[in-house]
Amino acid sequence: MSKFQLSRRSLLQSSAAGLTLLSSAGLSRLAHAGDLTVGIVYVGPRDDFGWNQAHAVAAAALKDVPGVTVVEEENVPETIAVQKSMESMINLDGANLIFATSFGYYKPFVLDLAAKYPDVEFRHAAPLWTEGDPKNAGSYFGYLDQAHYVDGVAAGLSTTSNKLGFVAAKPIGTVLRNINSFLLGARKVNPDATVQVIFTGEWSMPVREAEAANALVDAGCDVLTCHVDGPKVVIETAESRGIKCCGHNASQAPLAPKGFITGAEYKWETIYKMFAADLAEGKALPNFTGGGFDKDFVRNTPYGAGATEKAIAAADAARADVKAGKPIFVGPINKQDGTPLLAAGESFDNYEPSLDQTDYLIEGVSGSIT
Amino acid sequence: MTGDPGLMTVLLAMFAGAIRVSTPFLFVSLGEMLTEKSGRINLGLEGTLVFGAMSAYAISYHTGSPWLGVLVAGICGSAFGALHGYLCKLPKVNDIAIGISLMLFGTGLAFFFGKAYIQPSAPRLPSISFGGWSDHPGIRQALEINPLFLLGIALAIFLWWGLKNTRYGLIVRTTGDSAPAALALGINVNRVRLLATMAGGFFAGIGGSFLSLYYPGSWTEGLSSGQGLMAVALVIFARWHPIHCFWAALLFGAAGALGPALQSIGISRGYHFFNAAPYILTLFIMIVSTSPRRSLKGAPGELSITK
Repeated sequence: MSKFQLSRRSLLQSSAAGLTLLSSAGLSRLAHAGDLTVGIVYVGPRDDFGWNQAHAVAAAALKDVPGVTVVEEENVPETIAVQKSMESMINLDGANLIFATSFGYYKPFVLDLAAKYPDVEFRHAAPLWTEGDPKNAGSYFGYLDQAHYVDGVAAGLSTTSNKLGFVAAKPIGTVLRNINSFLLGARKVNPDATVQVIFTGEWSMPVREAEAANALVDAGCDVLTCHVDGPKVVIETAESRGIKCCGHNASQAPLAPKGFITGAEYKWETIYKMFAADLAEGKALPNFTGGGFDKDFVRNTPYGAGATEKAIAAADAARADVKAGKPIFVGPINKQDGTPLLAAGESFDNYEPSLDQTDYLIEGVSGSIT
Repeated sequence: MTGDPGLMTVLLAMFAGAIRVSTPFLFVSLGEMLTEKSGRINLGLEGTLVFGAMSAYAISYHTGSPWLGVLVAGICGSAFGALHGYLCKLPKVNDIAIGISLMLFGTGLAFFFGKAYIQPSAPRLPSISFGGWSDHPGIRQALEINPLFLLGIALAIFLWWGLKNTRYGLIVRTTGDSAPAALALGINVNRVRLLATMAGGFFAGIGGSFLSLYYPGSWTEGLSSGQGLMAVALVIFARWHPIHCFWAALLFGAAGALGPALQSIGISRGYHFFNAAPYILTLFIMIVSTSPRRSLKGAPGELSITK
């Protein structure tokens, strides 16, 4: 397999090089090529309507920045294969900034390579960098739970059964946090709302995602959302079953012309352009960059036909609140097992560090982590 | 069963899941069954399935006719079958190794050509409603049946009848059980196997078109998750019997629906185990159905794994 990928890569490279040489404008670009070469590794296809697409859209925006060359490789598994991909980007393409965009790339692959290539900057798209990790590695992250909270507000006003469905991939911190925030958004406007979660166990498993979506509809849910790499199947299933849906990662609005409410999207280009500008100025990159609406790292998809005026008004207000720093986690909140997370009157800041390690679902969410 | 809504939901979901998920299993296993009946194993059907899914989606997108997509998927599938059949005819070529290489080839080729079709939306296959008599929305939904499922049942019955009762069926079975006997009868063994592999590829391609054009109903690179390989195991489970292939496909479909259905009613502890049900079932079947002392009952005698 790795041989196949290598040859595909070199094919892409040689054709890209050929194109560059053909155009005279390319010649001037070659002179700048030494400025900054950014390598981006994706775990899936770049146009998956989801996680990878969100990064690829940002990579495309980065290509427009003068002096920046972008090399990309898709479908790189979270194995030793990613290490080979990154090394070839460094050695063959001269990459001096690498974006490793999948959760499982970090340990041990990014860490090992960061130690091996101290002159190359590595940034990984999940809040995993901790003190003691190599200084030329780091994490960047958009707090998508803020956008899921706004989705939840719109969804809470769109349901008649008060049951919201959530198709989730794996019970890791960011996923659980999105589910909790989605419920809190719904509960803010609709105290009777509950969220039913189904975990598929994989980031991308179309048949099981479709089964999960159907099972949730059969169980009475009338708004669906999800946290999987490519939400295409979930959104299309919701649309074909005649219920409403909220998107995730990238815009799925065209997939559900009738039932799409809004969606939680990353805006990685803000971060990518920021890093490129920092390196161009010779500034050191931060080891940890995170933000939500306040830093323009996340956004909501423009409202679809499924959004009522009431939902739009409430969601817009909720987004303005979060942007102004109003907390999402406001007590009293209990965990699923009844132990208190926040007492009445207490609240978490939206960037509360312990939320990064969320390992619980809160009361009102049904579904088990184990 | 007595009115327990949770249990009813799970049973209904498994019933609906069996119908929704089983069709690709059914087509691939019938194709593999026919190929194996002629004495060859084609492990490449996973690749054929994925390529069929891609080509059906692409054709449906360009022409607006999903049924034309199904046909083209079948034709592409039989082209892969022809390649397998031709390569295996050459001396000292192992059909299993060729199958594995064709599996990777088909998948890779589908990814290569499929890049442009991940984004666009293609017209999907219609379904026929059989649930009009029921007021229960779940039952009505479960009985939204795709014509390909019905076609699969008809095909299973036809193959069962045809293999048992027709001259062509006899030729295929003879070729699969004893090549020397077939040669003595004046049968061109390689041609029979080529045609059987092509027909098998045709069915597998149609199975793939169901994935991309009906359920889940879009083309993505992770579409198959191993259905084509599981279908090969399913043929052994079904003892090379077309009707049993149908029941086995239903069982695998229902097993796949078990995990999500249990979670939807709140039984979610150990969902990894339930999600793995189809794979555990495959493993279990392989263990139970083998014995060191005899070759499998009903296995064609010419198969390289039973010889």
